[in-house]
Amino acid sequence: MAQTQGAYYVPHGSHWPIVGSLGLFGTVSGAAMWLNDSPGVGKPIMAVGIALLVVMMLGWFGTVIRESVGGLYNKQVDVSFRMGMIWFIFSEVMFFAAFFGALFYARELVVPWLGGSGKGAMTNYFLWPEYTAAWPTNGPDDIGGSFQTMTPWGIPLLNTLLLLTSGVTLTISHHALRAGHRGRTIAFLALTVLLGVIFLGFQIYEYAHAYGHLNLTLGSGIYGSTFFMLTGFHGLHVTLGAIMLTVILFRCMKGHFTRDNHFGYEAVAWYWHFVDVVWLGLFLFVYVL
Amino acid sequence: MAAANPAIHDVHDDHDHKPQGFLDRWLFTTNHKDIGTLYLVFSLTMFFIGGTMAMLIRAELFKPGMQLMQPEFFNEMTSMHALVMIFGAVMPAFVGLGNWMIPLQIGAPDMALPRMNNWSFWILPFAFLLLLSTIFMPGGGPQGGWTMYPPLALQGGVNVAFSIFAIHLMGISSIMGAINIIATILNMRAPGMDLLKMPVFVWSWLITAFLLIAVMPVLAGAVTMLLTDKFFGTSFFHAAGGGDPVMYQHIFWFFGHPEVYIMILPAFGIISEIIPTFSRKPIFGYQAMVYAIASIAFLSFIVWAHHMFSVGMPLGGELFFMYATMLIAIPTGVKVFNWISTMWGGAMTFETPMLFAIAFVVLFTIGGFSGVMCAIVPADFQYQDSYFVVAHFHYVLVTGAVFAIMASAYYWLPKWSGHMYSETWGKIHFWSSVISVNVLFFPQHFLGLAGMPRRIPDYNVAFADFNMISSIGGFWFGASQLIFVGVIIHCVYFSKQKATTQVWEGARGLEWTVPSPAPHHTFSTPPVLKPGMLAHDDVSH
Repeated sequence: MAQTQGAYYVPHGSHWPIVGSLGLFGTVSGAAMWLNDSPGVGKPIMAVGIALLVVMMLGWFGTVIRESVGGLYNKQVDVSFRMGMIWFIFSEVMFFAAFFGALFYARELVVPWLGGSGKGAMTNYFLWPEYTAAWPTNGPDDIGGSFQTMTPWGIPLLNTLLLLTSGVTLTISHHALRAGHRGRTIAFLALTVLLGVIFLGFQIYEYAHAYGHLNLTLGSGIYGSTFFMLTGFHGLHVTLGAIMLTVILFRCMKGHFTRDNHFGYEAVAWYWHFVDVVWLGLFLFVYVL
Repeated sequence: MAAANPAIHDVHDDHDHKPQGFLDRWLFTTNHKDIGTLYLVFSLTMFFIGGTMAMLIRAELFKPGMQLMQPEFFNEMTSMHALVMIFGAVMPAFVGLGNWMIPLQIGAPDMALPRMNNWSFWILPFAFLLLLSTIFMPGGGPQGGWTMYPPLALQGGVNVAFSIFAIHLMGISSIMGAINIIATILNMRAPGMDLLKMPVFVWSWLITAFLLIAVMPVLAGAVTMLLTDKFFGTSFFHAAGGGDPVMYQHIFWFFGHPEVYIMILPAFGIISEIIPTFSRKPIFGYQAMVYAIASIAFLSFIVWAHHMFSVGMPLGGELFFMYATMLIAIPTGVKVFNWISTMWGGAMTFETPMLFAIAFVVLFTIGGFSGVMCAIVPADFQYQDSYFVVAHFHYVLVTGAVFAIMASAYYWLPKWSGHMYSETWGKIHFWSSVISVNVLFFPQHFLGLAGMPRRIPDYNVAFADFNMISSIGGFWFGASQLIFVGVIIHCVYFSKQKATTQVWEGARGLEWTVPSPAPHHTFSTPPVLKPGMLAHDDVSH
């Protein structure tokens, strides 16, 4: 029942959620089979699952865009969407918090304890008397073999500047949208996407360098674990953000957004700034300190 | 289900047309009432699956010696029982109640994001399909406890990846459900429904939803680290690589303790609805109740390590977590005293929901007291991993959360189905449950204090008598729940006694202004609030 203009729009039945559930189910059960040494069965199931998720997103977002352009949403619906996005980003913040927490706990407590300070004196004495606490470390058993770390003042610094610049270009684009300058909106949005893609390119180069030349891998003890999980999940989010920005770019070109009504644009912008802020934390705590 | 009732002749312009086809109605639904029903039916199903596991556990423990099963299977049962009851029974029940009642209580046409609401639910059956299927896989399901501590949990076989992904799916479902609830409460209230006029149940869900969004991602992070430790060579929880198994416990319980309150705060909300209704008095200290819930939620973030006092922590840490934990007794005490003060001098009647609510206040408080005992570090060194802990958390979760859910089912079932349940059978269910649950769990305090460890299939003959008593109570409690199902089925499909709009004489609030059963669509236009309509119109007291 598409309600009358002015009332809160309550959509009627949708088959996209169940498609999404099947997609999630296929993705994770396929992935689990793959991990359990049945890649032959797991991979195709996972591929089908991911394909379903993509179909679901295209269909679901397509429906929402049509409804939005069709004028079914009032101010109150807009506020619901905003709250949804804000709390989603908060949940992402907490996801990263778990990994940052692991990094801080390992650096500030675990490694010193393994080196014999505080409550770890006996562990150190009986198991690893040779081990002295240091950071970076791959632990008392030298897991993964000796490795070198990335210097923060090369590619990571460059990447920091790239992301910060992308935040600025996105803001310029947003101001242009609000001022009604369509050309400038699109140009600066495209520039933002480009900066994001360059960032990802450097990140891939950095990983190749780490694996190929520094012997720094996911298996390099606690340093490698925290380094790759934090930067990896961040990179995944940049990828997602870049895809979202690209979608928004196309929507700008199609003229979906008006000066006053462009929540989709703003949601993606919020997400991009969130990814940006996470990177600043990474740069400081993973690379510099 | 409730909708199968042909006797709806409401003449509201709000025409009560619902989708006709079964798939349209239940699979594609965006209706908060239908989704609420789905959650509740799912929860009841999981309650019986988890309950069956509990029966198997109590059967094995009926007498000393190995009775029925291999120890590995026993461990599977304890691990799965917890996962199924926490993520499958208690949490979905509260989300279902929230779905049904929050829009009705704040005068909203539906949840804020109806399509996402559908997705939140329909992820759950797949998540549990994944989890429960591990029982039939080579090597069986998870056996390392629901907390999945490494390194033990990582020594599992095929089930590890499946159960971790199942937990990811449950997390996605919970986060989306919580986002929806927050957006609904903050954005969809009828004009004049100020935050401090909302029913306490709505307040409790607002705060619970915040907790869910804050900690479910942390659980996702923790189990992701388990996954990469097992399959991708990371060393988060390997001391040899510079990690620490205890670090898992810290991350897990940073989720786990707020999770405990996720399972009790909505129960507080429910009890705060029921006691005023049957005492025919407004709740005592409405604002204090709200602030108490908020304080408990805040404290839940700084007490996690009281689950791990004996694992090895600096003394300063032990003391901090001990005192912070004891602080929780203060807002909880405020709540208990306010419930009692609400009853004080009221014109009380004792229908089934009220009986469950009063049992909640008494028995939850017992669980709260044993919790304070566990908070004392030197004493906890004795209680840790004993049956005393099992008794403690079953008092707060069974006679706490589950009793509140049952109270709410009796309280709101007439509004959902349009019929009254059988008061006689409701009372039989109550008395049978409340006696048997104490026979089941109270002796476990003694077992724990005497030193019986938890999570073992066999035990010293010294513990034989209390275990047999506990098992008898367990079978009795389990059987009693069949009465519950009978009462529900009777009420929904066979009861001849129509429910009135207000249902309960002392009931106040917007949900009691819509017909019973509540029409498929309610409050399509926001209600106009009139004096006396809300339970908390005047909050100056």
